Amino acid sequence: MTPRRKRLLAVIAIVGGVAAATALATLAFQDNLLYFYNPTQVMAGEAPSGRTFRIGGMVTQGSLQRTEGTLKVRFVVTDYKESVPVNYEGLLPDLFREGQGVIAHGRLTDAGEFVADEVLAKHDENYMPPEVAESLHPQPPAESPQ
Amino acid sequence: MIPEIGHFALVLSLLLAISQAVFSLGGAARGHTGWMAAGRSAVVGQFVFVTVAFGALTYAFVQRDFSVLYVATNSNSQLPLLFRVAAVWGAHEGSLLLWSLCLAGWSLAVTAFSTSLDAPFRSRVIGILGLISIGFQLFMLMTSNPFERLVPAASEGQDLNPLLQDFALAIHPPILYLGYVGFAVAFAFACATLLEGRLDAAWARWTRPWTLAAWMFLTVGIALGSWWAYYELGWGGWWFWDPVENASFMPWLAGTALIHSLAVTEKRGLFKSWTLLLAVTAFSLSLLGTFLVRSGVLISVHAFATDPARGIFILGFLVAVIGGALLLYAWRAPRLKSAAGFEITSRESFLLFNNAFLVAALGLILLGTLYPLFMDALELGKVSVGPPYFELVFLVPMLPLLTLLGVGMHAAWKRGLLGSARTRLLSIAAAAIVIALIAGAAVYGEIRPLTTIGFALALWVMGSSLAIVVVRLRTRLPIPGAVLGMVIAHFGIGLSTLGITGVQSFKIEQDVALAVGDAATVGGYDFRLTALKDVQGPNYLAVEGEVVVSRNGEPVTTLHPQKRLYNSGGNAMTEAGIEVGAGRDLFAALGDDLGQGRWSLRLQYKPLIRYIWLGALLIALGGGIAALDRRYRRSVVARDAVTAAAAAAGTQ
Repeated sequence: MTPRRKRLLAVIAIVGGVAAATALATLAFQDNLLYFYNPTQVMAGEAPSGRTFRIGGMVTQGSLQRTEGTLKVRFVVTDYKESVPVNYEGLLPDLFREGQGVIAHGRLTDAGEFVADEVLAKHDENYMPPEVAESLHPQPPAESPQ
Repeated sequence: MIPEIGHFALVLSLLLAISQAVFSLGGAARGHTGWMAAGRSAVVGQFVFVTVAFGALTYAFVQRDFSVLYVATNSNSQLPLLFRVAAVWGAHEGSLLLWSLCLAGWSLAVTAFSTSLDAPFRSRVIGILGLISIGFQLFMLMTSNPFERLVPAASEGQDLNPLLQDFALAIHPPILYLGYVGFAVAFAFACATLLEGRLDAAWARWTRPWTLAAWMFLTVGIALGSWWAYYELGWGGWWFWDPVENASFMPWLAGTALIHSLAVTEKRGLFKSWTLLLAVTAFSLSLLGTFLVRSGVLISVHAFATDPARGIFILGFLVAVIGGALLLYAWRAPRLKSAAGFEITSRESFLLFNNAFLVAALGLILLGTLYPLFMDALELGKVSVGPPYFELVFLVPMLPLLTLLGVGMHAAWKRGLLGSARTRLLSIAAAAIVIALIAGAAVYGEIRPLTTIGFALALWVMGSSLAIVVVRLRTRLPIPGAVLGMVIAHFGIGLSTLGITGVQSFKIEQDVALAVGDAATVGGYDFRLTALKDVQGPNYLAVEGEVVVSRNGEPVTTLHPQKRLYNSGGNAMTEAGIEVGAGRDLFAALGDDLGQGRWSLRLQYKPLIRYIWLGALLIALGGGIAALDRRYRRSVVARDAVTAAAAAAGTQ
């Protein structure tokens, strides 16, 4: 093989490799980008149906209901303007609490209920998930109707 | 009084860092021996004063001095001594101080062990370390002073986050930081080289042990973090592709590429400018990682902007360090030419592939980690990138990487003949595939394509590593530290791959609701909740479950998962009950009281998970052994440097 052809092959290999990597990344990216919506956006119909997304807000005081003796729970997530009921079956995180911020991952049913397959509350007792804090921004929780 | 001494020591060490940078760089530029000596003394002085500052903060924590804001925010009078000490680096301010201490320690070590380098080069390295140090100490003093007083003093502290009250996490940050900061040495060597505009084999030989040592610490640090996440976060996962984890994994990938590229630069004088670029990249990613985790930018891009002083300083510092180094690179790197060529199946070429795949994985992970931050900063919506993305873009480059790794170890430098190794490698590959198929079928009862590939690759890498030792023993060749280290580290890679494949393919996780006396079956094991009782800890109260595990009626073990309530705050904490086994872990975590006497439990069966961390420790051990290779010792390096200089003089 002449050096020239060798170089040509190397260039083809690099271009091909980069193209393959880009294609792979783009495809994987499209499928795994999770968007975040607050209850107001969900109620306004901005959230996708049939696709998973994340919803976040505060857990409404007194809204947590367990089906006694089972792992089924139901609670309401609110941004103090709109509220969305969330159904979940499984262990709730240690930091899950009524009146605290929460993020749930799952999808919306036709009945307008959110079915979560994962509930996150990665924060300490004073902390609100940033998405929640910002979606509440003009209306701090202190002014909330509780 | 003591905190003021600490504060004062910090100011003095900043002044010393400035003189370290000015005298070292100035002395090197002007060839002034006295200035260069002054720069070296400043290193010692700086180490002393940073140690005093660190000691003062530790003392404040041990003495429960709640008149110091940082102490009051991150500890509590009931906190046990070990965690009061660990709380020093439990949050932003203290971890910057720890960073500074690590940097001062590495600088001192470099100064002490670099007497064989020529004086101006040595001074430039020390000067650049001084510049980095100035940045950190200025940042601490201007925006994040750990010694700030709280007036009036608090009567009680807020407590260290209960998640951090754990031994593995107590030692995780210092070890991780030794790794992060260790890359500053490789960075300083690279910048000094660029300043001088020449690079020889002695340079690479000099940089290798330092880079290996830093990489070893980083490996242990990451493994500790993963292990902690597994048993302390309570959910039994070992890697979440969380930005915080990626922040430490990206410098590790760059560092791994760097130690391989350095090998080529040392042995064959190739990849020179690429090696320098990797050295710059590894440290830049370490800096990025430190700030991503500690600045609050991950919690919210906008929180970052609410404290403009910190945010602007961080951005400015990152731009100065990374931009400065890259400018230097663009200006000087074209001078460094590699003339030699190599064949497609030579070891150089395998190491080139290694670098290509590692950097590809690194780039894709970086994209996934930073993308949500950019989207958010530009107000384009709030997104997060899910773990499946990271799994895919990491897995795809790793498959060819591991395949080629097994061959590359046996390839000769420069010339592409595998020779007698060919038959040996083919038989190892065949054995790996057959064993993977049989093991999958026999142990786990099914054959899945990806699992078989994973097991086969793991066995292939382990077998190929062992073959190096076998061949060397049989032909009575010596096994120097560098080769032994390589074999152990690569064997560790294989072992980790085995663990990852096993746990990702066959793990079983189940959430159940159990009353005392009830049982659930997970992975062929019966988990029976036999009792619940209250337990009193040093600074918490807990409900402890007793879970008796049996298999086919034979008792296996008893697990004691706890749900803890810390006295200082209202947060509950899950302490999992774990039975460690050679073939599998059994895991139980206690959830909540569900009413009607039932509790929620998460039960898990985790096959081979231990080998992930065991492999990581072997990887680190290999790095350590390689770093201690005889040929990196001072006398040997000095002799070779003289020979190299003579050779260079001869060719001109």
